[in-house]
Amino acid sequence: MTTDLNPRYSFETFVLGEPNRVAYNAARSVAESPGASYNPLFIFGPTGLGKTHLLMAIGNRAQSVSEGFSVEYLTVDEFLEAYQVATAMGQADSFRNRFEGVGLLLVDDIQFLAHRRPVQGELLRLLSGFQESGQQMVLTSDTPPADIEDMDERLLRKLDGGLVVDVAPPDREMRRQILEQRAEERGADFEAEVIEAVAAFEVGNVRELLGLLNRLAAFQAVSETPVTADAARAMLDWEVPAEEAVMPIETPRAAEVEDDPFDMTPLFIDMPETDEFADFLSDVSSTVEQQIEVWRERLAASILRWQPEGYRTARLEQAMQSDEVMAPIERLVGQFEADIGRLQEMQEAMREVAPERANDIAFFDPDRVAEAEHLVQKAVRELGALPGPSEAYSPGAFVESGANRVAVTAVGATVSDPGKRYNPLVFVGGPGVGKTHLLHVVGHGLATRDNFWVACMSTQQFLDELQQAIDDDRWDAFRARFGKVDALLIDDVQLLAGRRHSQEEFFYLFNRLLEAGKQVVLTCNVSPRDIEGLDERIVSRFEGGLVAQLDSPDRDLRRAVIIKRLEDLYGAAELDLVDYLAARPASSVRGVLGLVQRVLSAADARGVDPSGRLARELIEGAIPAREDGSRSIRTSGVTSAPGVIHSQDKVIWRWPDPVERIIEELV
Amino acid sequence: MSLVNFTTREITCKIVYYGPGRSGKTTNLQYIYGRVPEGRRGRMVSLATKTDRTLFFDFLPLELGQISGFTTRFQLYTVPGQVYYNATRKLVLQGADGVVFVADSQARQLDENIESLQNLQINLLDNGMDVRDLPVVYQYNKQDLPQDLILSKRELDDALNFRQRPSFQADALSGSGVFETLKGVSELVLRRLSEVSTA
Ligand SMILES: Nc1nc2c(ncn2[C@@H]2O[C@H](COP(=O)(O)OP(=O)(O)OP(=O)(O)O)[C@@H](O)[C@H]2O)c(=O)[nH]1
Ligand SMILES: [Mg+2]
Repeated sequence: MTTDLNPRYSFETFVLGEPNRVAYNAARSVAESPGASYNPLFIFGPTGLGKTHLLMAIGNRAQSVSEGFSVEYLTVDEFLEAYQVATAMGQADSFRNRFEGVGLLLVDDIQFLAHRRPVQGELLRLLSGFQESGQQMVLTSDTPPADIEDMDERLLRKLDGGLVVDVAPPDREMRRQILEQRAEERGADFEAEVIEAVAAFEVGNVRELLGLLNRLAAFQAVSETPVTADAARAMLDWEVPAEEAVMPIETPRAAEVEDDPFDMTPLFIDMPETDEFADFLSDVSSTVEQQIEVWRERLAASILRWQPEGYRTARLEQAMQSDEVMAPIERLVGQFEADIGRLQEMQEAMREVAPERANDIAFFDPDRVAEAEHLVQKAVRELGALPGPSEAYSPGAFVESGANRVAVTAVGATVSDPGKRYNPLVFVGGPGVGKTHLLHVVGHGLATRDNFWVACMSTQQFLDELQQAIDDDRWDAFRARFGKVDALLIDDVQLLAGRRHSQEEFFYLFNRLLEAGKQVVLTCNVSPRDIEGLDERIVSRFEGGLVAQLDSPDRDLRRAVIIKRLEDLYGAAELDLVDYLAARPASSVRGVLGLVQRVLSAADARGVDPSGRLARELIEGAIPAREDGSRSIRTSGVTSAPGVIHSQDKVIWRWPDPVERIIEELV
Repeated sequence: MSLVNFTTREITCKIVYYGPGRSGKTTNLQYIYGRVPEGRRGRMVSLATKTDRTLFFDFLPLELGQISGFTTRFQLYTVPGQVYYNATRKLVLQGADGVVFVADSQARQLDENIESLQNLQINLLDNGMDVRDLPVVYQYNKQDLPQDLILSKRELDDALNFRQRPSFQADALSGSGVFETLKGVSELVLRRLSEVSTA
């Protein structure tokens, strides 16, 4: 925020004359022993008389006198800006602190503090602090302190308590000296009387004087003969605007370089130096600086916008303090504001879930977005954890076969790519074919993903939760909780049949999850279309995913199930027993396991090993009359596969062999 | 190439002097070249015929040093004004950040000025640039010629400058107006810095 000292401004290059001798001497004495002689030193005088030159000369000298001595030069604009930013950010202290290590503070143009009481107060405080700790301050202004409008009385007294000196316009002698010095510096050779003639012009300040010299130099460079005093006077009297005061000059052209048409580096005689380039450079610099100022303002605007709302703006403040703009401003501010947007969303979510925690500091710090997200997740979980997949249905215990291969394949795809492949995934099948087990297998698979939240529950549990929310009048919380899961797995959705309100809530939730790309997996004991009293909207959405059929176990599956169970219990399975049991039809895995269980219990009761023989005796010895069996065929036909309808392309369906079914029912 | 590169902290302004043949584009660059201290300018590349007509283009790189932490460069180009070098003109225009349209103030050159201005618009369009978005300033050159031969600033503004862009009178041969023009276009170009959001 400060300006560098210009090394060209030294005491050596300062032209000394009667009009500025006092100021010059005071400046030197302050430069050589800062804090020890006049503190503060106040230099005033009209513009263009070298106040800034003196100020910087003090700084340069003080720095060369003692190495490492800290000097800061500020224009009042810079001072004001620093102050405004600091106070806008509620950090007036940091403003004061930043001058702590400064041995010499140079403040230019303090007339601009007129009418600015708060900053005047700040300057007063600063000044007192400086005096106490022996830090030197030098100030300049174009008027004496008392003439600066609306100045704090105490500040005036403070300034008067130091030394107040003025610089007056150069007298003729001084003008002559300045002209001579400058002419020499730039290698222009003027007759003494020309210098004298120019010095005679009553110009108000040094800058104007140098302007005259420039015009003269330009004129001299193009004239055949040296400029005379009369010519100089005549020329300087010209009251023509600079633009029209064009002097015709013969300029050598590129074309005059005859030999090589491709080497056209122009030849120029030394042109009169009229600093046009320097002028251009300073123009460009100030435009660029202004633009960077615009960036800073953009930062400041964003800081001022968000800070009062309680957001931490450290990121922008850092960018603002770095002298150089670090990143494309729009990107920087844009990211910052996007982070705030995210925080607001999180805070909103927290208000739904746990309003008392919605003002956590993390919701106000754009550098802690991840933390805010975490807080919300945590709160949602604490709200009453939704059940996950049950350990009772382990993935390893699920037996795959032709009867469930399609469903199993869909499970694989869903676990590796949730929300993307089959959504919803609906398992359909009669009782005991393993729908619930498979549902939990999906749950376990998904739960191994990082940061992935799986809710897995029965429709009854879902309905209970819903009822509870209605009773407690906490709909929002209910929705927030379910809306936050990454996958929702619900068993036996046929139980929704006939419950209009619950279906509505389910439908709402279901859509929300689907839209958000969250995975939904359901089971149903019949094809959704055949559930009476299930809203058509829901049915058609189910069918929009994948309805995967689980068939009654075939012989292979039965075999596998039996072997697995026997091996689990005994470490081995008797082949005869396996073959015999596997040959018996069953409409469900549960049925198969029931059969195994019967044999095992009998073996246990008799104190013998389970075997094919035992099984035969047990089962065939107990065969009821065939007629009973045929009666139950009809029953079975109705109960075990009531209209499991298959949409041709999505459902694979193999009707169990009727003969086997008959026998199964006899078991 | 973009005006500002935040990663390398560079500002690079490409400015193209455009206009009809013999309007004084090359003369502008030569004048600037003569005013820039040695260390600040690169070699001026100028490809011209013996009769001084630009054959390809003139190129003058200027190093302005560090400004607010950015290494700042200007690249000044002229195009060949003669009608049949249009391919070169189009090429030089690519990536221009600003254009100085150097018009010949002589009354009898008015049609050439207008034609060249139309040609500029077409070439910009062909390069996918929109003249409405591009910083353009006008320079009415050769104002040193006798009054009865030349058009005034107002007349030229009426004929050429219907978008009311900044315009400058100049006598490029003596240099008057040359830096004013350069400053004018630079200012327009640099003002865009705060609008530029992509690196
Ligand atoms: N009187 C007068 N003559 C000028 C001025 N500017 C350029 N000229 C002359 O006009 C002629 C053409 O100038 P150039 O700068 O070569 O023109 P150009 O625009 O580069 O032309 P092309 O390269 O053909 O496109 C030269 O003879 C210059 O000396 C001017 O302001 N006043
Ligand atoms: Mg040319």
